[in-house]
Amino acid sequence: MIVEGRVIKLGDKIDTDVIIPAKHLKSTDSQYLAQHVFEPIDPEFHKKARGAIIVAGKVFGMGSSREQAAIAIKAAGVRAVVAESFARIFYRNAINNGLPAIACPSIASEVKDGDFITVNVETGEVRVGDKVLKGKSISGMALEILKAGGLIEYLRQLQRRQLS
Amino acid sequence: MKTLTEKILSRASEKDVSPGDVVEVKVDIVAFHDLTGYHVIEVMEKAGAKRVFKPEGIVIAFDHLVPPPDVRSAEIQQTIRRFARELKLPNFHDVGYGILHQVLVESYVMPGQVVVVADSHASTSGALGAFAQGMGASDVAAAAITGRTWLTVPQPFKIVLEGRPRQWITGKEVSLEILRAFKADYFVGMSIEVFVGEPRAFPMDYRLTVANMGVEMNADALTFVPDEEASRYLEEMRGVRLSSFERPDPGAKYVDEYSLKLDDVDFLVAAPNSVDNVKSARELSDVEVDVVFIGSCTGGRLSDLEIAAKIMKGRRVKTRCIVIPASWRTFKRALELGYVQALVEAGCVVTYGTCGPCIGGHFGVLGPGEVAVSTSNRNFIGRMGSPQSKVYLSGPAVAAATAVLGRIAEPGEVL
Repeated sequence: MIVEGRVIKLGDKIDTDVIIPAKHLKSTDSQYLAQHVFEPIDPEFHKKARGAIIVAGKVFGMGSSREQAAIAIKAAGVRAVVAESFARIFYRNAINNGLPAIACPSIASEVKDGDFITVNVETGEVRVGDKVLKGKSISGMALEILKAGGLIEYLRQLQRRQLS
Repeated sequence: MKTLTEKILSRASEKDVSPGDVVEVKVDIVAFHDLTGYHVIEVMEKAGAKRVFKPEGIVIAFDHLVPPPDVRSAEIQQTIRRFARELKLPNFHDVGYGILHQVLVESYVMPGQVVVVADSHASTSGALGAFAQGMGASDVAAAAITGRTWLTVPQPFKIVLEGRPRQWITGKEVSLEILRAFKADYFVGMSIEVFVGEPRAFPMDYRLTVANMGVEMNADALTFVPDEEASRYLEEMRGVRLSSFERPDPGAKYVDEYSLKLDDVDFLVAAPNSVDNVKSARELSDVEVDVVFIGSCTGGRLSDLEIAAKIMKGRRVKTRCIVIPASWRTFKRALELGYVQALVEAGCVVTYGTCGPCIGGHFGVLGPGEVAVSTSNRNFIGRMGSPQSKVYLSGPAVAAATAVLGRIAEPGEVL
């Protein structure tokens, strides 16, 4: 599974209240959520997100368990998030919603805003220009869930396979 | 030689687990509230699930949208009410019972259990010696259906609390001291096991606040090693007597260890916009404040209300001051003990258990440029309302003194 795109660079400790404020959590509609992604720091974020890869520092997605944080980023057209580290809950939510999340300790120091990067989800390798950075690969059930496009789709496929 | 985390997860997975293992575990309790609950139900419906693993294993309490401030919130609650009725879930708590995390520790969680909650402050239940994790709606739906989940066994880290805290110093200051020492990214992938040197000197209310703030430390879990104080709490709250608890083996291996002398912990405040931006209250004494919030699953327990009432009794607040007991039981005790009267006479607005202002929901949303001191857990940009507002996080004594003086203050400046 290979993902590529232009980098939108964010800082350390990006929290879920900044990704999607609580006032939008009464909806799970992905298109509605996409319109409001990163609203507190950049209300126009959704206009530049399509096809991009978010690169960030430490504990991306820290804070609340709101699954809408991962849904909003994915629905805005972001192809992957590569961060030095992730908050545990966000990481699971990302995978469960088909959004690749790659932990790569050197990413923030090696990549700048606007760079074009290629991410190999299965090996964890991130390519920027001539450089190859080593990140944490995704394997096993998490990879199957990602490939299916999320947990619900994965479970449906599982049921279909069991029936046939 | 096993840590408490390894023991709990070995039992729950029926395997001999070690840190780093990815394991499937049985869960004892699956819980959600209104704002995540409708999403959990939506995922269950999409997955075609018609039942839960065990009706009595599901705990629901409405707290985020309480009472519903708009039609959509009312609809959300109708959906969950219908779900609870159709599946005959006995542990469903409607508007007014309390904040889910407080309800869980008052009535349900037992030491050694695995608890999965659709809310990050799930970590609160760790104060009773449970392994408790917050998860998103999809993961919680899967756990509610199957009674199982998967997780990575975290690396264990040991914290020892020694001595006794000074007067008015609570679990909140201790949490902020840990965040000051380690910062919010240090504990990623770890479970913190807390040993209390003098169990009665650090009561359950304080432990609940530290465990609650475990998620702000980004720990995978935070668990207090059960002791006589855990016994006392279970007996007082539920009349349950436990003869023994699961405890870590002596000589169990931890990745590292940190000792904190409670006597040295100061009045601390987390300044905007990060929980680990910790300063002493004294350093911030020129910060003028518009509103003080004493409440939430972090700072709305009986001991918080007691401290606030003692500091405010016979005085008047200069700021707006909103006080929200964490549960119906907390509210009732605070009434019986005269705390509510003291707070109301001082000019506070006191109301039923709701998350309300902590998440910028309702009942005290901040406007542009407003400054708040809050006993809650997060001061992220826009957390309590406008992205142009500012939130300082403190314990109850600093919050109460600040309300009286209109600027950030220590209790000694008021008394």
